[in-house]
Amino acid sequence: MDTWQNRGIFAARLLLLATALLLCGGRLCAQAQNTCLDCHGALDPPLQLTEQQFSNDIHAQKGLTCASCHGGDPTKADMDAMSKAAGFRGKVERKDVPELCGRCHSDTAFMRKYNPSLRTDQFSQYKTSVHGRLFAKGDTKVAVCIDCHGVHGLRPASDARSKVHPLNIAQTCSRCHADSAYMKGYSIPTDQFARYSSSVHHDALAVRGDLSAPTCTTCHGNHGAAPPGVDTVKNVCSKCHAFQEQMFDKSTHKAAFQSAGLPGCVVCHGNHAISHPSDEKLDAGPQAVCMRCHTPGDACDRARGDMLSGLMRLDDSIKTADKVLGVAESSGMEVSQARLDQDQARDALTKARVTIHSFKPELVEHDIQEGVKIAAKNLQAGQAALAERDYRRKGLGFALVFILMTVLGLFLYIRQMEQEAPKS
Amino acid sequence: MLTRGRQWLNQRFHWDDLIGPLKKKTVPIHGLSYWYFLGGVTLFLFMIQVGTGILLLLYYRPGANEAFESVQYIMTRVQFGWLIRSIHSWAANLMILTAFAHMFSVVFLRAYRKPRELTWLSGMLLLFLAMGFGFSGYLLPWNTLAFFATKVGTEITGQVPFIGHRLMVFLRGGEDVTGATLTRFFGFHVAVLPGLTTLLILIHLALVQYFGMSVPPGVETRWKSSPGQVREMKFFPNFALRELMAWYIALGVLGAMAAILPWELGTKADPFAPAPAGIRPEWYFMFMFQTLKKIPAKVWFADGEVVGILVFGAAGLIWTLLPFFDQAGRGRGRKFFMGAGIFALTYIIAMTVYGYLAK
Repeated sequence: MDTWQNRGIFAARLLLLATALLLCGGRLCAQAQNTCLDCHGALDPPLQLTEQQFSNDIHAQKGLTCASCHGGDPTKADMDAMSKAAGFRGKVERKDVPELCGRCHSDTAFMRKYNPSLRTDQFSQYKTSVHGRLFAKGDTKVAVCIDCHGVHGLRPASDARSKVHPLNIAQTCSRCHADSAYMKGYSIPTDQFARYSSSVHHDALAVRGDLSAPTCTTCHGNHGAAPPGVDTVKNVCSKCHAFQEQMFDKSTHKAAFQSAGLPGCVVCHGNHAISHPSDEKLDAGPQAVCMRCHTPGDACDRARGDMLSGLMRLDDSIKTADKVLGVAESSGMEVSQARLDQDQARDALTKARVTIHSFKPELVEHDIQEGVKIAAKNLQAGQAALAERDYRRKGLGFALVFILMTVLGLFLYIRQMEQEAPKS
Repeated sequence: MLTRGRQWLNQRFHWDDLIGPLKKKTVPIHGLSYWYFLGGVTLFLFMIQVGTGILLLLYYRPGANEAFESVQYIMTRVQFGWLIRSIHSWAANLMILTAFAHMFSVVFLRAYRKPRELTWLSGMLLLFLAMGFGFSGYLLPWNTLAFFATKVGTEITGQVPFIGHRLMVFLRGGEDVTGATLTRFFGFHVAVLPGLTTLLILIHLALVQYFGMSVPPGVETRWKSSPGQVREMKFFPNFALRELMAWYIALGVLGAMAAILPWELGTKADPFAPAPAGIRPEWYFMFMFQTLKKIPAKVWFADGEVVGILVFGAAGLIWTLLPFFDQAGRGRGRKFFMGAGIFALTYIIAMTVYGYLAK
């Protein structure tokens, strides 16, 4: 009896579940219905938008429809869908774009439903940006949301195909900022992208694929994009180059630069076209930066010379040890530990190059001494390995002579033995 | 001194009677006699392996956290450790090379023919054991190349129909190559395989002693028709001293290889790192590895790799049982087996070279 009762309850539950699924399915279908694409998929550009194109859009993936931005009733299959009565707004005017996007993207409660970690201050930041301030003054040429993010085919910034993915940002900004005709009237240069493309930062990001390397927005900000002021350049660079900043802050250059109104790091390193820093910057050649301000022969020039010669000394020590270890390794000697320790010497060189920003030769020399000591130890290990190799080869020579003589002795003995008893 | 020692042995064990057969043993002399040295050189290299292996055991520590470091210690800190390890590795490779050469010389001289079928069979089993030594020993330094090569090698074993997966788990000591695989391979390498090999070597040598050296069929026919042409030398001391010369030369080659090209250690295996490019097995597995790489994913309806393994398995079995298929005296059959031998040798060399040249 119990069994039949249980079976009945089970069947009733199954029926309820099936009904609920049917109802839910129907509701989902009704929600997802987007008749706009039926017509717009068949229209010619610029009114064309196919289901395929729209399905790539993050908004479509999250369940939003055309009506979310354009209004109207996408469940209606006729032109009533685009009637005023259905709330149709039509094409969004450029001047309305930031506000329209901000309607959802500034609503924390609304955005939490879709992506709780996404910031909701883009619109307020935009209003503080150069773009936003000019836009507020009625300049609609400046960038609005869709210029950087795109429209209809919009992807999240983490998607490598997005226009705002770190690898694509510089290209996106350059669409306006490298267009001298478009930028006419703004009195800013248009060679930033070309210069950035030659920089060490671009090399790290685009060539080596290091997504943490800086692109335009890293220094200028994104929604609140603005050129860093003279006082803030150092703060921008120090986001990554923290040790250099600490050294610079303790140096005499800080006060000197401030009083001269010089913007810190970029005075020596440049901005968009920052090249890979080399020791030549301390030299007296065309790459040299110190002598732009300092007088030859003064105390600072001597300090420069000391620091440069120290760096070159350590660099030479590392190279010499590398060379010897390389020869030992190619001779089959086991020098992996010394090879590994060479990294410590290289680290010391990097540290010394960072310490240059203190502009104190004694501090730089301290780091150099540490590196030279390690490189010397590794060189010694390499030389010992080469000496061991030579010792082995000499040993081999002796052993081979002994073996050869034994073989020869055996040969002569056999010959003599068989000559004496040829029939045996 | 020697005479007194001999007397002492004679009084207790009848030593002269024991070594009597050895004294009477002779070795045929003909144009191809030099091939007889290969078996002895292989034995010599095996003895070197045992000696250097025991010395390495003094410092080697099996275990994923210690193996690499212990070999590094042997190579850098232990007095002549580099020499012992390099000789062990080079001797292993030379031993397989001479074993292969010995095998093909037996094929081409048809030395496996009646009544030496069992001598061939024991020799083939010894070759498989030598390859087992190579496969298990390759992993012991626990370096990157060996780790991933073992992973690939045991994966291939896992493709064997029906028993493959169980065999792979047995070899690995689990689903993956881990420290458990290393200790297992160590056990095979220093206990199981040496025991089996020593036993089989004794059987192989006893069979060689019992049947004597084979004479190539052409020479045998000539000697049968004119017995006056038969030329022989005493095994001891004439052949034994010549063999000793060959052993000395092998020792010289080994020493030169170890001193000029010490066996490299590589970098420590990291099971979580991605497999590096250019993973290769030891050279004597290369022809099989390269063949399996080149077989299409699907051969008719079957998995290509499985087909490859089955074909190699069948070919290996037929090759092992070669004397039972090759019946002496049939002219066409003789040519067929000679052709098969040439094909096998050419295939192995060509695929090995291809494996090393292909990217």
